[in-house]
Amino acid sequence: MAIDERSIDTAAIGRRSFWERNRERLNAFQLTLRHNPNMAIGLFILLIAVLMAIFAPVIATDPPKELFTEPRLQAPSMDAYFGTDSVGRDVYSRTIYGSRLSLAIGASVTVLTIISGVVIGIVSGYYKLADNIVMRFMDGLMAFPSFLLAIALVALLGASFQNVVIALSVVETPRVVRIVRGSVLSLRERQYVEGALAVGARPLRILFTHIFPNLVAPLTVQATFVFALAILVEAGLSFLGAGVPPDIPSWGNMMGDANLLKQLAPWMIFFPGLFLSLTVLGANLLGDGLRDTLDPRLRGTG
Amino acid sequence: MGRYTLQRLLAMIPVLLVVAVVTFSLIHLTPGDPVALMAGDEATPEQKEAIRKDMGLDKPIYQQLIIYFADILRGDLGESIFSKFKVTELIKQRLEPTLFIALFSQIVSIIIAIPLGILAAWKANTWVDRVVMIIAVLGLAIPSFWLGANLIWLFAVKLPWFPAFGYVPISEGILPWIKSITLPSISVGFISAALIARMTRASMLEVLREDYVRTARAKGLGEQAVLLGHAFKNASIPVVTIIGIGIAGLVSGLVVTEAVFGIPGVGRLIVDAVNRRDYPVIQGVILMVTVAYVLINLIVDLIYGYLDPRIRY
Repeated sequence: MAIDERSIDTAAIGRRSFWERNRERLNAFQLTLRHNPNMAIGLFILLIAVLMAIFAPVIATDPPKELFTEPRLQAPSMDAYFGTDSVGRDVYSRTIYGSRLSLAIGASVTVLTIISGVVIGIVSGYYKLADNIVMRFMDGLMAFPSFLLAIALVALLGASFQNVVIALSVVETPRVVRIVRGSVLSLRERQYVEGALAVGARPLRILFTHIFPNLVAPLTVQATFVFALAILVEAGLSFLGAGVPPDIPSWGNMMGDANLLKQLAPWMIFFPGLFLSLTVLGANLLGDGLRDTLDPRLRGTG
Repeated sequence: MGRYTLQRLLAMIPVLLVVAVVTFSLIHLTPGDPVALMAGDEATPEQKEAIRKDMGLDKPIYQQLIIYFADILRGDLGESIFSKFKVTELIKQRLEPTLFIALFSQIVSIIIAIPLGILAAWKANTWVDRVVMIIAVLGLAIPSFWLGANLIWLFAVKLPWFPAFGYVPISEGILPWIKSITLPSISVGFISAALIARMTRASMLEVLREDYVRTARAKGLGEQAVLLGHAFKNASIPVVTIIGIGIAGLVSGLVVTEAVFGIPGVGRLIVDAVNRRDYPVIQGVILMVTVAYVLINLIVDLIYGYLDPRIRY
């Protein structure tokens, strides 16, 4: 009987603590958002953008590539909310669909950049021999104004979704490498890492139990900025006709098409740019908020 | 100071080496035959062979690299495969508008952003602070070409105050010149202004907490003397750095803004070269701009060392 009681008790404690833990996390999250309304706004904007991309066929009024759905160069009206472009395509529908490309670029570049940055950064931070060569190369890459390097890479590789992602990742990776390498260098001097080494822990174990958890916070922050910058640079490249191919509706492509008509049909450039700016704003606000929350030392800088 | 300058100069050498190797390799990154792309579809094999020989692409790659380095050191960046002009000559022709817009935008954004940043820090957590920070956050999210297009619509189409298109050289009169670079400079400078204002505010907030600021106030100094004489002097160091970092953003802003305003600058040169796959021009312009960027950051570092003797290790 006594034993039963005890076992029930521990089980109950176990369950309670599990619930408590999650509720605490949820509360902490809510508290963070309440203390940091900017971050809440950023998260909200990004959420809207994602929903827009997913439900584009439902929200849009016309297929994005269909010509002459309405008369050409029509000003915004109830028929075409954001007007029509020079070949009669509905700007509203294309703007909605354009979110798909921007978010896809942002997400792909972020994932690729973080992965390659972590791998190169860890190798560089761990092996002194590789460090010198790798970091000199990264310094050289970072010396280029990123937009110029990106435009040259896309021009030479050829304009396609895949090559834009590659070019932007090449440009962004060195910054992630620097962060990862810096963390690895300082972490490997810590006593708990020395301790783990002393008791015979393998490098991979140290990597997963000691190094990675410490990288999560700075990389999460960096990821949001990589995301924002990727979207912004892709729009610039596509605007110049050096980005994704013109048959894909993207905010940058739409604005590039509109460039010569901007005095005649300002709506063609206004609406895609507005959506682009808001999305970037959302990612930046989220990034600022995450940085303030995860790394209080950096509060307010940058 | 001399030793510090020398150290910084030496540290530049490996960076510039990598930069040159990367620009050299650009042409070899092209999938397929770069010569076929440059020559176009209708070129005969003889024409292609001529281009290949002209650019030295028929030699082994290590020889090409050596020739490339020798050429750069002699200040020869090759010639355009279309106009046959020297790349250095092309850059020289296009330099004036780009340089003026860059300078003008930086001066204006520094003049506007630093006082705003100081004001925001001084009035921290009031509506003044909030308004300044909202503008700064927007500045980092709005692409300069979109800002430029909207400015054209507002201040050239609706209110015909400025020209919507083109550049007027300074030799044709100061007023038309200023008018022609005003809107492009605002478009390009907004992001720099946002960066500078944010950094000034953050840096001032940190300094305003220091003991010597409290001492300055306690001994009865006026707010102006405290803010500018004591606080900003020390807060200015990170601001100088961010101005240097902002130059990279300035470069990208210039490239797209010149496309919006139809300005025949270095940015247009590179966009045209990209569209025509004029490899020597692409390589040359990127090398020149990057070297300029590295040099500007070196100067920023040196100013930094001058402002803060502690970092002259």
